[in-house]
Amino acid sequence: MSPRHTDRSYEAELSALRNRLLELGGKVETEIAMGMRALAERDAKLAEDVMVTDREVNRLEVQIDEACRRLLALRQPAASDLRFITTALKIVVDLERIGDLAVNIAERALDLNQSPPLRPVHDLTKLALACQSQLRKALDAFVDGDTAKAEAVIKDDDLLDALYHKVFNELLGLMMEDPRNIRRATSLMFVAKHLERLGDHATNVAEMVVFMVRGTDIRHPGSRSLK
Amino acid sequence: MNPAKIEAVRLSAWYGDSQVLREVSLSVPANSVLAIIGPSGCGKSTFVRCLNRMHELVPGARQSGQLRIDGKDLHASGVDPVDLRRRVGMVFQRPNPFPTLSIFDNVIAGLKLNGIGGNHAAIAEKSLQRAALWDEVKDRLHASALSLSGGQQQRLCIARALAIEPEVLLMDEPASALDPIATAKVEELISELKSSLTVIIVTHNMQQAARTSDRTAFFYMGELIEHGETEQIFTNPREPRTEDYVTGKFG
Repeated sequence: MSPRHTDRSYEAELSALRNRLLELGGKVETEIAMGMRALAERDAKLAEDVMVTDREVNRLEVQIDEACRRLLALRQPAASDLRFITTALKIVVDLERIGDLAVNIAERALDLNQSPPLRPVHDLTKLALACQSQLRKALDAFVDGDTAKAEAVIKDDDLLDALYHKVFNELLGLMMEDPRNIRRATSLMFVAKHLERLGDHATNVAEMVVFMVRGTDIRHPGSRSLK
Repeated sequence: MNPAKIEAVRLSAWYGDSQVLREVSLSVPANSVLAIIGPSGCGKSTFVRCLNRMHELVPGARQSGQLRIDGKDLHASGVDPVDLRRRVGMVFQRPNPFPTLSIFDNVIAGLKLNGIGGNHAAIAEKSLQRAALWDEVKDRLHASALSLSGGQQQRLCIARALAIEPEVLLMDEPASALDPIATAKVEELISELKSSLTVIIVTHNMQQAARTSDRTAFFYMGELIEHGETEQIFTNPREPRTEDYVTGKFG
């Protein structure tokens, strides 16, 4: 473990920031799980709970932004501290956005509750589990500063995309079978799209973890040479 | 990168039995600013004092290794230390104007001492302008240097160093006794100076090193731990000891 900062209040502020980020990560993970359960179990109360949790997520986002600005202004962080704080400022945006996607999924669940259930779309469940696992791994990579785990998340995003296209085709099939399915299948298509976007945000988090640990920006390869 | 103006090759230095520099090898490109950072006693001031051969003036001090400016060994026979100090100017932590001289006479003191002729009034004006002091003193050039504030006195010392047109300017904590406005002026000056000379600045203020320099060298206990582009040193240093120092994890 690296030595601690000589200034203990600085050390405490950095670890408070880290804890808030972990709390935020935990909350958006819960939101997604709740949203998917609300959808599967047609549970309106659970869908409403997602929206309540999202307000806490928004509050945490604002607090984290404030903490980062304060650290930048008062501490003039350098090296790994600077990379940690700029990473925090960026991943907080991705995490908050994931919370919004969970709210969108909960809204679809409430909408679908108005109609009788459609037959289960198994690949959608698979997609949801895969997305949650990607988010979990990206957050673990952040906690442990584990670039191997982060790189696995980035690589596995292709699997999510493939799964998303399978779900898309399956739902398209349902619509063609019976026009009365169209409204509900469209709602589920939105859910699938939200999950696929969630996966992209998890990838963004993973890319920032690689930057935080190594100091190299792996996003958009080759973009530096473009004028 | 420009060709090396200053090169140190395995430079070691001692005060009596205590070794304060350990085989430091470092080169500074011409027309660039090098910042030297490190905790007290790390050898950074000794390093710059070797560069104008002031180190050897201390009783019991000695050194080994090589120092070259423009490829020429500073200790080669025929190198006159006084002439060298004319080419390698120095500004110290505390402003040290000649107390009995006027502002004007302070600026041209180096010219007089070295018997350099020319239009002293024009040189004084140009030097004071380069040091960003001209506008503040142009109406009282013959007042005592001590009538100036600390920040102005420091810029006067910089003007005095610039008047003899050095090729290298060594600055040992040049802004540590200055208020933020005077500090900003000195820092701006450093960035401007590099178009005509090579600057080495020793500083405890890491933000100052980050702002003013092209390259940064981190010294610790007489050793050069790491040196590289300033941006790299402050955003992604390679050495754990540099990382600990710039993030404030020392002691």
